Amino acid sequence: MIDRFQNWLPRMVLAPSFFLVLIFVYGFILYTGYLSMTDSKMLPSYNWVGFANYEKLFRLRHWNTAITNLAIFGILYIGISSAIGLLLAILLDQKIRAEGFIRPIYLYPMALSFIVTGTAWKWFLDPGIGLENTMHQWGWASFHFNWIKDRNYAIYTVVIAAVWQSSGFVMAMFLAGLRGVDNEIIKAAQIDGATGFRIYRKIIIPMMRPVFLSAFVVLAHLAIKAYDLVVALTGGGPGRATELPATFMYSYTFTRNQMGVGASSAIIMLIMIFSIIVPYVYSELRAGGKR
Amino acid sequence: MSGATQDNALKGSGATRIIIYTVLILFMIFYLLPLYVMLTNSLKPLEEIRGGDMLALPKNWTIEPWRAAWSYAQIGVQPTGLKPYFINSIFMVVPAVLISTSLGALNGYVLTKWSFRGSDLVFGLLLLACFIPFQIVLIPMARILGILGLAGTTSGLVLVHTIYGLGFTTLFFRNYYAAFPTELVRAAQIDGAGFFQIFWRILAPSSAPIAVVTIIWQFTNVWNDFLFGVSFADFDSIPMTVALNNLVNSSTGVKEYNVHFAGAILAALPTLIVYIVSGRYFVRGLMAGAVKG
Repeated sequence: MIDRFQNWLPRMVLAPSFFLVLIFVYGFILYTGYLSMTDSKMLPSYNWVGFANYEKLFRLRHWNTAITNLAIFGILYIGISSAIGLLLAILLDQKIRAEGFIRPIYLYPMALSFIVTGTAWKWFLDPGIGLENTMHQWGWASFHFNWIKDRNYAIYTVVIAAVWQSSGFVMAMFLAGLRGVDNEIIKAAQIDGATGFRIYRKIIIPMMRPVFLSAFVVLAHLAIKAYDLVVALTGGGPGRATELPATFMYSYTFTRNQMGVGASSAIIMLIMIFSIIVPYVYSELRAGGKR
Repeated sequence: MSGATQDNALKGSGATRIIIYTVLILFMIFYLLPLYVMLTNSLKPLEEIRGGDMLALPKNWTIEPWRAAWSYAQIGVQPTGLKPYFINSIFMVVPAVLISTSLGALNGYVLTKWSFRGSDLVFGLLLLACFIPFQIVLIPMARILGILGLAGTTSGLVLVHTIYGLGFTTLFFRNYYAAFPTELVRAAQIDGAGFFQIFWRILAPSSAPIAVVTIIWQFTNVWNDFLFGVSFADFDSIPMTVALNNLVNSSTGVKEYNVHFAGAILAALPTLIVYIVSGRYFVRGLMAGAVKG
């Protein structure tokens, strides 16, 4: 009797989490998927309309702006963060005396809320009061930097703030990777006459492939989810120039009362994230099983 | 990030070293500048900020912006300052972190030491749930919270954060317990120890490092959350991040930048302190979240 109870206990302990996730994650995904096929406006409705919302979504100018912005933002954010992260990791790996002091400074922005980051950069980039104004005060009268107010350039200010927040974290990932490189390989290369940056370019950086992959997955999924930063930095503006899928979903669902379209945009976001995450998690789990 | 410095250092001349240090210092300035600007300008009177140089130290030091941000600045329609929202955040974060961490520990224990047919599937479902875009759950969650009578309450937010934190907390503990010798568990079982006894007597005492990592991770995520707060909170449950955004964006008339900065630092302070006090664990959590070990 006791034994049978002990047998069931582990399942009973795991059960609440299992059911919570089953309902609140997977059930909710199905429900949102269902709503995306209905004519829901302010409230959910159960009138089936098939793929009409998706057709409408891809005809909407706002959605196209959001997708274009996501592409620009995603590519630059991932590319620049990885480049800075790798550069700083390599430089920090040169027996830097003050490494223990420098590293935390590179990394602290990751502890901040995107709302805080947005508040700081919004002001810093504001031409009337921030950098531009300060440069004018210092006598550089022709200095001009008003991207945050310019429809065509505002999305790049989101990139700047996001890179500021995450590049230190990418640095930490690469640094951990560099510290894991086998010394013998480098010694062998040195004996063969390879030196300095050649060793990095030809041997060490190619060995960082798993770190590049992890960094890509983490940054890509952050980029697709990006919401708070845009809200705090530009509020989606000027106009709707910095709209991203996450802000689009929110405004269509909760302020424009187009719940069906909002739900379909959420489904597209899910598909984007899962097409990156699922293969990654799958390969990681398989590799973990083999180890 | 414990490893000793390696031997792959570039063998360079003095000039190379100077370039390396220059780049490192320039990036330090890049990362510190926004914090420096916020801090110095939060201690200036407003005229001084409008007058110009954002990098200059205050001429007339004042802590009035901090007092305003904390206790009487206009947020939404109420001149309450950020204090009530800070308290809301505390009441939201503490239970959400404790519950999700405890459940994560038990889940990790079951998944590694008592795995059963189908437990891998459960783990897969929990793991995948870590990465969903939360936009996908906003609509049904709003309805369920309404049905449960939790709409606009702190308890509702605790529930939301607990559920969507479970994936990561389980992942952390599972990876940690996977390295824990299963023979010890089996031996205790033979001695007649039960499921919870084994957990308390054998695993729990050596779980401190991973518990710290998990608590810091959850604390940072829940404290910094904006989306759930802005979607599901009402006046007496609005968390700090949402209140800060309201403070910065809703102030009618004069924009009190110095008050905004003081508010932003107040909102950042808890996670910053955690980071400064236990940065090592913070980094470990980030890495564990990124690279499944």
